[in-house]
Amino acid sequence: MTKMIGKSVKRVEDKRFITGKGQYTDDIILPNMVYAHFVRSPYAHAKILSVDTAEALAHPGVIAVYTGADVAEVNGVPCGWQVNFKSGETMKEPKHPLLVVNKARHAGDAVAVVIAESKEAARDAVDLVEVDYEELDAVVDPKKAAEDGAPLVHEDAPNNICFDWELGNPKEEVDAAIAGSAHVTTLEFANQRVIPNAIEPRSYIGDYDVAHDKYTLYTSTQNPHLIRLLLCAFVLGIPEHKVRVVSKDVGGGFGSKIFHYAEEALVTWIAKELGRPVKWTADRSEAFLTDAHGRDHVTKAEMGFDEEGNITGLRIKTYAAMGGYLSTFAPAVPTYLHGTLLQGLYTTPKIHVDVVATFTHTCAVDAYRGAGRPEATYLLERMLDTAALEMGMDPAELRFKNFIPAFNGVDEEGYVTNVALQYDSGNYHPVLQRALEMVGYEDFRKEQAAARENGKLLGIGFSTYIEACGIAPSAVVGALGARAGLFEVSQVRVQPTGMVSVYTGAHSHGQGHETTFAQVVADKFGIPLEHVDIVHGDSDSVAFGMGTYGSRSLAVGGSALVKSIEKVIEKGTKIAAHVLEAAEDDLEFADGKWTVKGTDKSIGFGDVSLTAYVPHNYPAGLEPGLDFSSFYDPTNFTYPFGAHIAIVEVDKDTGKVSLKRFIAVDDVGNVINPMIVDGQIHGGVVQGVGQAMFEQAHYDEDGQLITGSYMDYAMPRADDIPMIETDRTTTPCPHNPLGVKGAGEAGAIGSTPAVVNAVMDALSPFGVKNLSMPLTSESVWRAMNS
Amino acid sequence: MIPAAFDYQKASSVEEAVGLLKEHGMDAKILAGGHSLIPAMKLRLNQPGILIDISGISELNGIKVDGNTLVIGANTTHGAIAKSAEVASSAPVLAATAGVIGDVQIRNKGTIGGSIAHADPAADWPAALIACNSSIEVMGSGGSRTIAAADFFVGIYETALEDGEVIVAIHVPKVPGTAGSAYEKFFQPASRFAIVGCAAVLEMKDNFCTSARVAFTGVADTAFLDEKVSAALENQTLDDATIKAASELAASDAEILGDHFASEEYRQHLAKVFAERAIRAAIANA
Repeated sequence: MTKMIGKSVKRVEDKRFITGKGQYTDDIILPNMVYAHFVRSPYAHAKILSVDTAEALAHPGVIAVYTGADVAEVNGVPCGWQVNFKSGETMKEPKHPLLVVNKARHAGDAVAVVIAESKEAARDAVDLVEVDYEELDAVVDPKKAAEDGAPLVHEDAPNNICFDWELGNPKEEVDAAIAGSAHVTTLEFANQRVIPNAIEPRSYIGDYDVAHDKYTLYTSTQNPHLIRLLLCAFVLGIPEHKVRVVSKDVGGGFGSKIFHYAEEALVTWIAKELGRPVKWTADRSEAFLTDAHGRDHVTKAEMGFDEEGNITGLRIKTYAAMGGYLSTFAPAVPTYLHGTLLQGLYTTPKIHVDVVATFTHTCAVDAYRGAGRPEATYLLERMLDTAALEMGMDPAELRFKNFIPAFNGVDEEGYVTNVALQYDSGNYHPVLQRALEMVGYEDFRKEQAAARENGKLLGIGFSTYIEACGIAPSAVVGALGARAGLFEVSQVRVQPTGMVSVYTGAHSHGQGHETTFAQVVADKFGIPLEHVDIVHGDSDSVAFGMGTYGSRSLAVGGSALVKSIEKVIEKGTKIAAHVLEAAEDDLEFADGKWTVKGTDKSIGFGDVSLTAYVPHNYPAGLEPGLDFSSFYDPTNFTYPFGAHIAIVEVDKDTGKVSLKRFIAVDDVGNVINPMIVDGQIHGGVVQGVGQAMFEQAHYDEDGQLITGSYMDYAMPRADDIPMIETDRTTTPCPHNPLGVKGAGEAGAIGSTPAVVNAVMDALSPFGVKNLSMPLTSESVWRAMNS
Repeated sequence: MIPAAFDYQKASSVEEAVGLLKEHGMDAKILAGGHSLIPAMKLRLNQPGILIDISGISELNGIKVDGNTLVIGANTTHGAIAKSAEVASSAPVLAATAGVIGDVQIRNKGTIGGSIAHADPAADWPAALIACNSSIEVMGSGGSRTIAAADFFVGIYETALEDGEVIVAIHVPKVPGTAGSAYEKFFQPASRFAIVGCAAVLEMKDNFCTSARVAFTGVADTAFLDEKVSAALENQTLDDATIKAASELAASDAEILGDHFASEEYRQHLAKVFAERAIRAAIANA
């Protein structure tokens, strides 16, 4: 049997996707189904004086119109992570109602919902709902929101502050370290707000079966079980065993489909009210306005160095937007997913990070590919390249000088940071070394110098990142405020014929689990890949799960899978020993069969499976069947790392930046399917390049989203991106059975600062050190001409 | 994205389309490739009561050479123009322009007549058509007439078409073999429309320019012939200094647009850069 792990097996799920046979929520049509369309606030901040639904109700095909008053008694959407103020006071957690009652808090806030026999009638009737608004002043900038006199998003959150928070060494120690530094690099910048832009808009169907008193929610989510928990226990107060959540094919999430959205709860609630299934699918404008956005930090960072270029200290103050309401994991993103990563790959002895989370009159902000770690990496890597420039040092050398020495996490301790983490295993020099070789660093510097002579602006930028994946040890995150455990669940059901059905709580919305998980199973059992089926995304068939985000699927879900596989093999060994009339210790399991060591006596996986279900000749006292479930709670995060290098050219005449080369050397631990990992790296890199060069959720001062369509929101396109040159080193994770670390977010974390650093390098002859993202042609042109 | 309800009628001849327009008046909209109108309808920025589909009218489709004139039917797609041998030999700048419109899907579906009737201020066609001294043949209930391209584009989404008129064809005088022409475009990164598009058609005798037409799109409310730049090139030997001096005049009389991709100041600067690029490219392929 050929080994499957480590092979670029083509994705088994792609057949249905490329033939148009995927089943997304919007593809599901239930008998008697009705359609919802939302009335949304055109204003970022407005009093709702009245809502008149009479004309809409009279429109042909309209069945009902619900307003905030109708759902005033229903709970709001909960937040899944609690971060306390420095003072110990609980964070401000205003109600996030399913429909707003008397105030809209961001453009697109849901004021009412029309239910009709057709999508068309629902849409038409939306225009007939008369809402009388009194527009109020808005605040959209996370730092300005905290200023005295700023318009308040929630009356019970003074200065719009949701919480303030700090982490690291005592502030006085960090102040002293920086004060005593030979050089201090200071940068102030924004990590701008971006919009996730999953290709499939959010889509939900609520259904209620009166005969069984049972609800079904079909939803485009990344974590069906978590949605069920939040929906049942927090919003609607219905028993969990009476709710099925189905999340079949999902067309991308990038984080934005982790969260529990008000529309999910509403369609479920209305389905029972009306006794008919209710479907809502966001249109693209709604996706821009209401899918939780990402990033939106305003930061001041100071990094101290001694005379040799060793980092002495790092001090950070960040204002992070929460938006108009707290989304499910919003408080965790700028704190425990950002502050904890500020050690980076460096031995920085003193670190202090101070975060103020503010409400703004904007769409909610939550985890978006990388979630906090890109913000941390952007900060550190911009500091490193800027410091190198200021101190006249080579940016690669400055990194080598400050890297944490290698440790394998097995016979060498994991590295304990100043910001609450212990890295699992790491070997940082080789990734940067390899990236420098690939780029041909010395030759490039010569080419750059020659190009400058000819008036051509070339630049090179570096980024060496670390991230925390494999989210997460439940006890650790619980201590940090998570209101959920972050284990994962698997069930391996060996069928009587030896075919294997795997039920996983991880959820694939582009990651290719049906292939990678099957590769693991096929290898461990020594059976063909085709004998394995991976089932996910249905709370009635999958026992439990915490879903997919934070590059956790293989590290946590894959580990749960291995546990169940091991249980099957253990029981199979008992059955095989009985049939072969041998002692268990005398058997070995390999290549799909149990063999009595040193003999040719053996029994295959299929025969053992059949015996388990037809237990005529069977060990006494052993239960029939071959079907095991496992929960796996990781003992630590996993810590992938890597080195990214970008080469850009800046057009002197127009300021246009062209990305000429991109080198990504990543260490994601062991790799199950290299093709899928390459794809994840490519996609992540492009998304990170998008933030550096193109993307921005641009709200004007009144809180109107200026970039609310693809005519105005610039996304990277194929012709903006060169061939991405990838390589890997392998430092296995020491604490999970597959030795895997996670690859879903690495590209997006590493790439953004590499591109920005490269542009700053290209612009260094102009004395430009700091520009806001995205690096638009105009901003670059202005920098060259100011 | 659901448009408001509308009626739909497919016309089989220009006369029928004109008749339907007369019958339905302001309530009607002509549907050609649908690549501007349909998105506007989905956003409910446009809510016509009836669409008159002209896409099946064969007389509106196709490219032919009539003596010294290239005639492009209004229904001809951007893609067909980009690939046409007649266009490549008679007015190569139009083929170049067609090739940088949108993406492949848009070029294969969107039509030249639909695009110019929509008159997006950032569309690519207007600059090239003006630089080529084209004229637009239109038909209304009173018969047909032609409008010079330079007069056709009146404002943002506004043309010289009278109510009830349908665009039939675009007439382009063959660009002489001694001429050089080019269309240079600075792409808006989201929409890929032109932040600045500059078309230059220069008739050359060796290095001497006997006639120049330089036109812009994207810069102002409407595309325009830049008379100052054109005059600074005409009857001049096009040396470096002349080209630079002419380019410096770019869009100097225009009321420049500003948006979050390009401020007025930056657009003005880009107009100069792209004037120079278009002029140099035109000279290079003369």
